[in-house]
Amino acid sequence: MKHHLILKVITKFMVGVIVLFGLYVQFHGDYSPGGGFQAGVIIAAAFILYGIVMGLENVQKVMPIWFAQRAAAMGVLVYALTGVFSIIFGFEFLNYHAISPEHPKHGQHYGIILVELGVGITVTFVMIAIYYSFAGRTPRLDDKEW
Amino acid sequence: MASEIKQGTLELVNHLPILQVITPMLIAPILVVLNNKTLSWLLSFLGALACLFISILLIQAVSDGSILTYYLGGWVPPIGIEYRIDAANAILLFLISIISTIVLIFSYSSLHAEIPEEKHTLFYSCFLLCLTGLLGVVATADIFNVFVFLEISSLSTYVLVAQGAYLDRRALSASFNYLIMGTIGATFFVIGIGYIYMATGSLNMMDIAERVNQLSDNRTIQAGFAFIVVGMGLKLAMVPLHVWLPNAYTFAPTVVTCFLAATATKVALYVLIRFVFSVFNYEDSFVNELFFLLLMPLAVIAMIAASVIAIFKQNLKKLLAYSSLAQIGYMLLGLSLMNQKGLASSLVHMVNHGFTKAALFMSLGAFMLKTKNVYIKSLRGLGKSMPFTSAAFVIGGLSLIGVPGTAGFISKWLLLEAALETGYWLVAILIIASSLFAVIYIWKIIEVLYFSESSEAYNEVSVLTLMPIWILALFCIFLGINTSLTVDVANMATEILFK
Repeated sequence: MKHHLILKVITKFMVGVIVLFGLYVQFHGDYSPGGGFQAGVIIAAAFILYGIVMGLENVQKVMPIWFAQRAAAMGVLVYALTGVFSIIFGFEFLNYHAISPEHPKHGQHYGIILVELGVGITVTFVMIAIYYSFAGRTPRLDDKEW
Repeated sequence: MASEIKQGTLELVNHLPILQVITPMLIAPILVVLNNKTLSWLLSFLGALACLFISILLIQAVSDGSILTYYLGGWVPPIGIEYRIDAANAILLFLISIISTIVLIFSYSSLHAEIPEEKHTLFYSCFLLCLTGLLGVVATADIFNVFVFLEISSLSTYVLVAQGAYLDRRALSASFNYLIMGTIGATFFVIGIGYIYMATGSLNMMDIAERVNQLSDNRTIQAGFAFIVVGMGLKLAMVPLHVWLPNAYTFAPTVVTCFLAATATKVALYVLIRFVFSVFNYEDSFVNELFFLLLMPLAVIAMIAASVIAIFKQNLKKLLAYSSLAQIGYMLLGLSLMNQKGLASSLVHMVNHGFTKAALFMSLGAFMLKTKNVYIKSLRGLGKSMPFTSAAFVIGGLSLIGVPGTAGFISKWLLLEAALETGYWLVAILIIASSLFAVIYIWKIIEVLYFSESSEAYNEVSVLTLMPIWILALFCIFLGINTSLTVDVANMATEILFK
């Protein structure tokens, strides 16, 4: 896609905006529509857009495959460890009261943010990993032959 | 809100129901992060061992008929998710945990023959997720949670089955077939859940059970029940819905076949049992008649037809897969008799057949390490060159037939007794006929193993490979002699289910 100058310029501009919007959806998920899953998909869309326009090699310089794989697992860990945290402090699994026993409301708030963060991380990197595994297959036709 | 829940006073003992499920779930992502082959085997083995330990503690806690409950996140049941352990699921938790532990011992020495080394970490991670799913399905008392865990286990199962592709590309189509069928099953199941939720407005099993009592004429409930039976029928490979099973078992890696044959279909059957007794009212005519008119004939067809097909199979993994279908028929038959004895026989057979089939598939796996395939002709004379593996296979085979002194005898006897007590003479005769077919196909293998000359000489497999096989074989004998673990717990379970 050497000749698509406009696409490239717009993409470079949009990637930042998309990630920013993703983060907005992530952290306002407890007040407004959104949450970890939606935010994850939006943030992943930024990387996928970059990959489509700039080429797979370039996006994998920014986001290597090994990192995407491990980070996806880290998200699950964030979620699960939030639950384990409650168990350690003598509450039920995923009982957010454990995070702030004096202020249960705050505890619930922080808890849901942590869990959604875990969801967001996992969804982002799983989406990217899915894109990589499809895009990484050898194409039947070269780009020029179209 | 859960403000009345006591603040931060739970001991580790109170957390056993959830620890059972989240131990493998926690380890699975850690494996991916660490990405070390040996370490991932060690961690998954330790995780499975921890699960086994927890399940033994749970079985001890519920063996006096008590019920353990656990509120996830501190939310009280009709709203929150509840985990509920009684004798019926404790015994299955034990089965799943112990099989996974033994299978992981076997995988240490056998996995490298089937899957390239760089995939091992992800394989173990997937295996643990499958374990999480199966344990979760059994532990939970929330019907939507059942669906979620069922999908966790199924999705990882599809991946695990597809790993057989490094030896035989047909694993891919087998896995894809399973994926389509399994997804249809899951869809039917979730539609059923939707109908139940529509009619009762609840997802908690105990809560629904109370509300369903007044709704036995309700069409929505009846449609929901039908969807759930078909959905679970697909997952447990009830006979006309079984087409995914033989290929999936044949082409999956041995480790996966052992694990799935011993646990996955049983868990689906458990879900069916749980829905019939703990969610719906088993005395309602639509439940009763469906089992009598539809499931009993299907179970009998499975017993006979699958056994006959097994006789003619040359690929031994496929032979055992068809025999699994027949054994599922026994379990379904026990359930469809709709009395305490029948259900108890069904539960006992789940455990006994779990150990038996795992022993058989695992010894086949050991043969396969040497012969590279499991066609009956390549097993010629292995009785001499691999005496220990062959002996374990014979023990498993005897247990499958139901020879007195083995695990299979106990459950088949219970089933026969239940059938005779209910007055189904024909069914009892067919059970014996099906066992005779089992004699034919097991004898066919034993004959090849011991009474034909080998063309090639093989060495016995290593001690580490033999150990898990013999643990399973000894369990087949142990459960045939000491029935306190199986029959007593199953009786306790049926009393709770039939209350």
